[in-house]
Amino acid sequence: MAINWYKYASPASFYSLAGKMIPFFAVVAFGLLVVGLYIGFFVAPTDFQQGEAYRIIFIHVPAAWMSMFLYVVMAFWAGIGLAFNTRLSSMMATAIAPTGALFTFLALWTGSLWGKPMWGTWWVWDARLTSELILLFLYIGFMSLQAAIDDSRRADKAGAIIALVGVINIPIIYFSVQWWNTLHQGASVSVTQAPTMASTMLTGMMVMVFASWMYSIAVILKRVRVIILERESHTAWVAELRQKGVL
Amino acid sequence: MFLWIVQRDLLLAVRRRSDVLTTLFFFIIVVSLFPLSVGPEMNMLRMMAPGIVWVAALLASMLSLGRLFANDYLDGTLEQMLLSPQSLSVLVLGKALAHWLATGVPLVMMAPVLGIQYDLPTDALFVLTLSLLLGTPVLSLIGAIGAALTLGLRGGGVLVSLLVLPLYIPVLIFGAGAVEAIMAGIDYDAHLSLLGAFLLVSVVFAPWAAAASLRVSME
Repeated sequence: MAINWYKYASPASFYSLAGKMIPFFAVVAFGLLVVGLYIGFFVAPTDFQQGEAYRIIFIHVPAAWMSMFLYVVMAFWAGIGLAFNTRLSSMMATAIAPTGALFTFLALWTGSLWGKPMWGTWWVWDARLTSELILLFLYIGFMSLQAAIDDSRRADKAGAIIALVGVINIPIIYFSVQWWNTLHQGASVSVTQAPTMASTMLTGMMVMVFASWMYSIAVILKRVRVIILERESHTAWVAELRQKGVL
Repeated sequence: MFLWIVQRDLLLAVRRRSDVLTTLFFFIIVVSLFPLSVGPEMNMLRMMAPGIVWVAALLASMLSLGRLFANDYLDGTLEQMLLSPQSLSVLVLGKALAHWLATGVPLVMMAPVLGIQYDLPTDALFVLTLSLLLGTPVLSLIGAIGAALTLGLRGGGVLVSLLVLPLYIPVLIFGAGAVEAIMAGIDYDAHLSLLGAFLLVSVVFAPWAAAASLRVSME
């Protein structure tokens, strides 16, 4: 039962496979989202310290996790594309970047919405907030580099190098920011000492995390399909699809 | 080969003196703009000085990155260098060193003078210079990756800032941090050790990554 990886590394066969997989992931994502939001808003108890405002974690925490995780996945595919010269891997990396940037932005935005009632300010120069902001810069750098290069092969490789340099730097940046923060002792609030959560809260959050996963997979596959079509528009199989009237 | 490339790039820098001086004066002007914008309150300026000097050094070093490969790219020299049997990483290291000698070292030498303008105490001036001496080569090395990736692209100058400034952040934190530490009376050795570690890591990895980037860009 070995999967023929080489077959699905070809954009043409991956295109149809992705087309079959998208509805599945989209439906699961939607189902989990409904369940997760229901638990988050109606089942989970009100926090005795934070009141109702804590409910933003059901979106904030999954977004923050996805933002970091997707960068690593993006760098992984970019690296594979660079090492083995597989076009599909590089296309995956390109497709992941906007979703990752979106989650990073969501995490920052919901974080500041949460910060206003909790800390009384939209923004603190906390270590986590700062490194999340820098992560957003890294995503934007990757995307704008690829956007500036017209030749797609060069764009793939250049993007891969900057993604890999970024992924090596993430731990360095993260610890730098953390030490910088402890050195300054500026903000007296800390996100790290979260109170232990009620189990329904945790359940709701985990459901939302899986919903974000499924959403990301569906959207990334969709985007990779578009990228495949764009790049392979000169090939015979795309012309065939066009003739059949699928496109 | 290594010494040859350093010598050649330095000679070119001396011949085009205005380029080097522009970077230096950019540094001086940026640093001088801050008192004009936030007011001449000496206590506040003294507190802000390490950060201001470091941010200005970051920007100045970044601005000069365009020249690292661009001229050689335009006249075809870079292509010949890629074709040569010598290791491309060594060549990139040589170019980064020359870039640092031409733009980084003048900044380092200028920094104490600017520090005096901000009324920094003598020991802080010393640490500021030392931290810049350790930090600016890292900027040149990391910048080489960005310069190589954006070679010949439209809007490359702005793009390079998006790519390299986030990567400069650790250097900025510990460079400015060392000066702040001594002003607060804390030990600053750890900061300088970390800057030294960054320097060693980037000497090993950055030329290699920049060489790979050059190959991608010149394909």
